[in-house]
Amino acid sequence: MAEPVVPEVPPASWTEKPSVVDFSYVGIDAILEQMRRKAMKQGFELNIMVVGQSGLGKSTLMNTLFKSKVSRKSVMGTGEERIPKTIEIKSVSHDIEEKGVRMKLTVIDTPGFGDQINNENCWQPIMKFINDQYEQYLQEEINIDRKKRIPDSRVHCCIYFIPPTGHSLRPLDVEFMRRLSKVVNIVPVIAKADTLTLEERDFFKKKIREDLRANGIDVYPQKEFDEDAEDRMINEKIREMIPFAVVGSDLEYQVNGRRLLGRKTKWGTIEVENIAHCEFAYLRDLLIRTHMQNIKDITSSIHYEMYRVRRLNENNTHANNVADHHLTSHEM
Amino acid sequence: MAATEIARQAGEGARAVPLSGHVGFDSMPDQLVNKSVSHGFCFNILCVGETGLGKSTLMDTLFNTKFEGDPTQHNQPGVQLKSNTYELQESNVRLKLTMVNTVGFGDQINKEDSYKPIVEFIDTQFEAYLQEELKIKRTLHSYHDTRVHACLYFIAPTGHSLKSLDLVTMKKLDSKVNIIPIIAKSDAISKSELTKFKIKITSELVSNGVQIYQFPTDDETVAEINSTMNGHLPFAVVGSTEEVKIGNKMVKARQYPWGTVQVENENHCDFVKLREMLVRVNMEDLREQTHTRHYELYRRCKLEEMGFKDTDPDCKPFSLQETYEAKRNEFMGELQKKEEEMRQMFVQRVKEKESELKEAEKELHEKFDRLKKLHQDEKKKLEDKRKSLDDELNNFKQKRTAADLLQSQAQQAGGSTTLKRDKERKNSGFL
Repeated sequence: MAEPVVPEVPPASWTEKPSVVDFSYVGIDAILEQMRRKAMKQGFELNIMVVGQSGLGKSTLMNTLFKSKVSRKSVMGTGEERIPKTIEIKSVSHDIEEKGVRMKLTVIDTPGFGDQINNENCWQPIMKFINDQYEQYLQEEINIDRKKRIPDSRVHCCIYFIPPTGHSLRPLDVEFMRRLSKVVNIVPVIAKADTLTLEERDFFKKKIREDLRANGIDVYPQKEFDEDAEDRMINEKIREMIPFAVVGSDLEYQVNGRRLLGRKTKWGTIEVENIAHCEFAYLRDLLIRTHMQNIKDITSSIHYEMYRVRRLNENNTHANNVADHHLTSHEM
Repeated sequence: MAATEIARQAGEGARAVPLSGHVGFDSMPDQLVNKSVSHGFCFNILCVGETGLGKSTLMDTLFNTKFEGDPTQHNQPGVQLKSNTYELQESNVRLKLTMVNTVGFGDQINKEDSYKPIVEFIDTQFEAYLQEELKIKRTLHSYHDTRVHACLYFIAPTGHSLKSLDLVTMKKLDSKVNIIPIIAKSDAISKSELTKFKIKITSELVSNGVQIYQFPTDDETVAEINSTMNGHLPFAVVGSTEEVKIGNKMVKARQYPWGTVQVENENHCDFVKLREMLVRVNMEDLREQTHTRHYELYRRCKLEEMGFKDTDPDCKPFSLQETYEAKRNEFMGELQKKEEEMRQMFVQRVKEKESELKEAEKELHEKFDRLKKLHQDEKKKLEDKRKSLDDELNNFKQKRTAADLLQSQAQQAGGSTTLKRDKERKNSGFL
């Protein structure tokens, strides 16, 4: 192909439709509008997995994040106590819509995690589930006759709930996060953070960050996937704040004349969306408002690709040569 | 279409849940758009048409820049495709535009194979993408997409009907690329002739089963404008990069003695419609159709041709693997055979060379021996000669001494007194 010439189209002075004719305006930036239209028509998919011991407020947090009952609590108020004997994976999908943007949200719950006496290998069913989703996508992708839009059931983000002990990470936490940070984006949060004072919270966070660093666990946003300096700057700020200390609530209370989500206690009302009280707002902004696309991209272009490489190399030590060889041999 | 798919999926597995507050994921389209903007876009246009129909000029006019250099000659031996990539930027959108021009199309005497280079080119781009997709370690998100997104087919403004070359080429291309037919240099046709021409063209295309690109009408925001535009196909365009002063504005136009054809005047030609449809409304749809329809078709055909099949629904990766294995064994077998052949040939060659060398060596030895013998012979001869010379010399010496003796005897007999006197004188002198 010839070497690229870089002629500059003179920048558009206005961007409205050409009823007023501007001779220097071509209209290339209309593609943004076209993309937006296409995206709104197609809708989005998001799959979040919540992992943590029972009673840490996972379902409540999900409900708070998405402001609707997307997750049913495993222990109902009627007293039906049911702690599963093994880890189950429950995946429930919801269609939510906001301002014309439709999203298919799938919340994957893992009741029974960390609840047994012997918790060895409790991460295995979860890893298997995640890999199964990758496998499903891969199978669809290598089909000869494949669908227009491959349904994406891959786990985009895994929120790991750390119990608010105030000391440091437990061995279970370390083991789990170490294994899973290699296959999925992990966002660790400190659950029920209203039991920690601010000093305890800071100390706990620092300790957790040290533990993560010491064990080589790379949680989202991963350092190695920063694209440019701007990204790095934004992500550094986030990395200094993880794990987020969150409080979840789906009940509203009257505070200062406004109805806010919060937890009412005898000594005060904790406002969920107040950043002076807890870091829920940061988590929500990270997950939904700013980094959702980035999370999905890292899942599809890095974690999924790694799985694909591994899978296509299995049982076939020369698969690489085969793929290249016989594709080239067919070209000859 | 996609909307109903999502709705169906929703009906199957999901339930619609109302939100009780602002969550914030309505920023998702913005996040997606931002990511695409930072990534840049690419768009590839293929211009097919006879030389001299104004393809390069139209591209210049469409994208408002001066792209290429000189117009091509008419004496090309075959159809070639020349492609050029340009980086355009408007506000914050970066577009990598690739334009592929068919050089020499329609110039040959025998035009039977004219469409072949074009089809090959399109297939090559698909193949490149397919190979990238099938690689084990791939980088799809940063891959520079070279697949042809739109094909502008330039029809000569005869005013009668499509040429058979046009029909044949378009029929070959319609399943591979989005074809948008254009009537080039349409300032050569009058308005009434133009309507008749357009009708004739569309009816010919329909009767020959050529599928040209239809602007999508399923999205309400653009359905209306797209459906009206669909009725205006093929667009009759005029291209010009020269500016002429009309009234108090500078407009792009072509100036004739009898008047001026303004490019951006909708009454004069359909250029504005073309630009609207191609760039401002449907660029993304063109790219999507290329990927989901044409590329998928190519991929399916190519993979089936290579022998892959989705035999049973529950052993897909394995059938791929099995076919890979079978092919690999076949290939390895072939390789081994070739290796053997090569090895044998090598051994043979070595032997030949060896024998050659041996012979050469032998010759050398013989030569050496011969030379040595010669040398010895010469030496001997020389010795003989010397000996004979010596003999002669000796003879000569003897003869000389004999001659001397005779002479001295003769002298003695003649004057023995003088000899005595001489002798005494000699003796006295001596004492």
